[in-house]
Amino acid sequence: MIGFLGIDVGSVSTNLVYINEDGKVRESIYLRTNGRPIAALQRGLQEMTELLPPKTVIRGVGATGSGRHLAGIIAGADVVKNEITSHAVAASRVVPGVRTVLEIGGQDSKIIILRDGIVADFAMNTVCAAGTGSFLDQQAARLNIPIEKFGDLSLKSSSPVRIAGRCAVFAESDMIHKQQMGYDMPDILAGLCEALVRNYLNNVGKGKDISGTVVFQGGVAANQGMKAAFERALNIEVIIPPHFGVMGAVGASMLARDHVARGVPTRFKGFGAAESDFRAGSFECDGCPNMCEVVEIRKDGSVIARWGDRCGKWSTRMDRRKISS
Amino acid sequence: MKVTFPHMGNLWICLNAMLQYLGVETVVPPPSTKKTLSLGSKHSPEFSCMPFKLNLGNFMEASELGADTIIMAGGCGPCRFGYYAQVEHEILCDLGYNYKLVVLEPPEKHISQLLSRIKYITGNRSWFEVIRGIRFGFAKSRAVDDLEIMAMKLRPREKSPGHTDTALTEALKLIAETRRPEHLQESQNNSAEIMKSIPTESRQVLKVGLVGEIYTLLEPFANMDIERKLGRLGVEVDRSIYLSQWVNDHLFMGLVKGLRSSSLYQRCSAPYLRHFVGGHGQETLGGAVYYNNAGFDGVIQILPFTCMPEIVAQSVLPSFSQDTGMPVMTLIVDEQSGEAGLMTRLEAFVDLLAENRDRKKELA
Repeated sequence: MIGFLGIDVGSVSTNLVYINEDGKVRESIYLRTNGRPIAALQRGLQEMTELLPPKTVIRGVGATGSGRHLAGIIAGADVVKNEITSHAVAASRVVPGVRTVLEIGGQDSKIIILRDGIVADFAMNTVCAAGTGSFLDQQAARLNIPIEKFGDLSLKSSSPVRIAGRCAVFAESDMIHKQQMGYDMPDILAGLCEALVRNYLNNVGKGKDISGTVVFQGGVAANQGMKAAFERALNIEVIIPPHFGVMGAVGASMLARDHVARGVPTRFKGFGAAESDFRAGSFECDGCPNMCEVVEIRKDGSVIARWGDRCGKWSTRMDRRKISS
Repeated sequence: MKVTFPHMGNLWICLNAMLQYLGVETVVPPPSTKKTLSLGSKHSPEFSCMPFKLNLGNFMEASELGADTIIMAGGCGPCRFGYYAQVEHEILCDLGYNYKLVVLEPPEKHISQLLSRIKYITGNRSWFEVIRGIRFGFAKSRAVDDLEIMAMKLRPREKSPGHTDTALTEALKLIAETRRPEHLQESQNNSAEIMKSIPTESRQVLKVGLVGEIYTLLEPFANMDIERKLGRLGVEVDRSIYLSQWVNDHLFMGLVKGLRSSSLYQRCSAPYLRHFVGGHGQETLGGAVYYNNAGFDGVIQILPFTCMPEIVAQSVLPSFSQDTGMPVMTLIVDEQSGEAGLMTRLEAFVDLLAENRDRKKELA
């Protein structure tokens, strides 16, 4: 069997998918990054070998997410792509005709506007993370509700409570206040979803032309309450694609498939990367008062990559990205 | 008297030339770095903008090198910048610094007002000399701009990444070290030679216009080297504000003809914003329209967090984008900005522009 690997190393989760030659998702893995991206990636590769039949050939690898450069170096990726493009590619192939992608992940949220299958506009949260998965996660933990049940519980609400959603801290105090007033739990949860949707649309979605078909993806799309809140706010049906939680990795794998279709060999280093000893270290450069923290990746003791310096003194020279003409 | 001034890109090269020519002792603050920003942020009001914080940091660092007098531009109008010189001076006084302050306000009526403020610094030198000094500074600003424009064209085409920036540093050094006006032409020729010697290859490049607030446009530390980053991604950059143009518009009241000027942008902005909104808000829209007419692929607006004039411009830009189909992205910077987030946005924006262009070609 021949296929392609997509890797998305994000702040909260590390996802891997395997797609076959037709671009169908065959296997997907969702792991918590837990602040240790290398270990998470190696565990992911290990789990993937166990899932795939023995004679599988990986023909191409794509990496994305905030840890895409790290993942690209460790696994040997053919394509290293930013998460906005990856999410857009995945959405437009999985749901043809999509015009708006709402994506809410662990620590960031973005909106992507597509027209005729290509990205026309996008935005990412800048100064606020109130509407992201981490916040929902925390609130669920505080209320002692498993995050998986959050959505279903909020759907039981008949009249959502209005909660201040401008800031995560104030939203929390407002929620506590509403609890003490004696409001029902489902109403509070539904109110929280509405507050987050309001915050998202006013910040990330400000000035964007949101029109159907709308796709909602990212880890938070698991929350049915959020879907319902979006539908109420936009008055448009919101589609959640089957692999909503790993769409970044799906996009990366599809980009890898496009890339090697031109006949280039893959740079995949093999699943053996799971066993090598990778270490990330950092040091502060004392060349100037910028004091950049330079990150260093070592494989079995020898340096294979460096980055994080402003001036380029330490970083390995990355290949100039050729813009296809 | 040891005179210092805030950094704003290569502004120091011009100011230093002018003052040294007139025999004024100067202290150039160390280049803006993370240290400058943390010093400045620590003592600034939280909601002042990043240029304010960097100015303050510059002055604190220059004081360590012996500076005792600050020259700073002023201004009037809805942007808070007009008060910065005075507020920064007050903060420095509170912190125990002993600085004298000279504010070069744009002349309200006549250029002689500016000259008299300069005279305060230059003492009893003849007017003739003072004017020659100013002209020398201005000539340097044009030389610096020429080099930067060359660099912006060369970066996406250079054979080995980083070559242009090494050459640019060397070329700028030649201009900065020129002490006499009569030697400037020679330095300009030599520095142009350095730039021309960069090996390039012909490539298809994308063109992006940078618009927005002047400080964040001109100071690479503030915009996290956006010109260089875009260059590496294969993008040729132009920006709506250059140093020489700003000096001409604001200090010489447009006396020098033949330069791109803010009046051009004000004309261009007419369909969207017909009123001065402070700072360079109107020029931001005008610049966007200008780049659309000039056949650019995209526009990026840069502003410091809490910049009011640019927030006004930002809220008008979507209608420009809708009318023209020109992709526009806004980047807001402050001391909390992360480099990874910027890179992600730039890469995605360049992907968008490349796809757009390919699509246009297919249709053609």
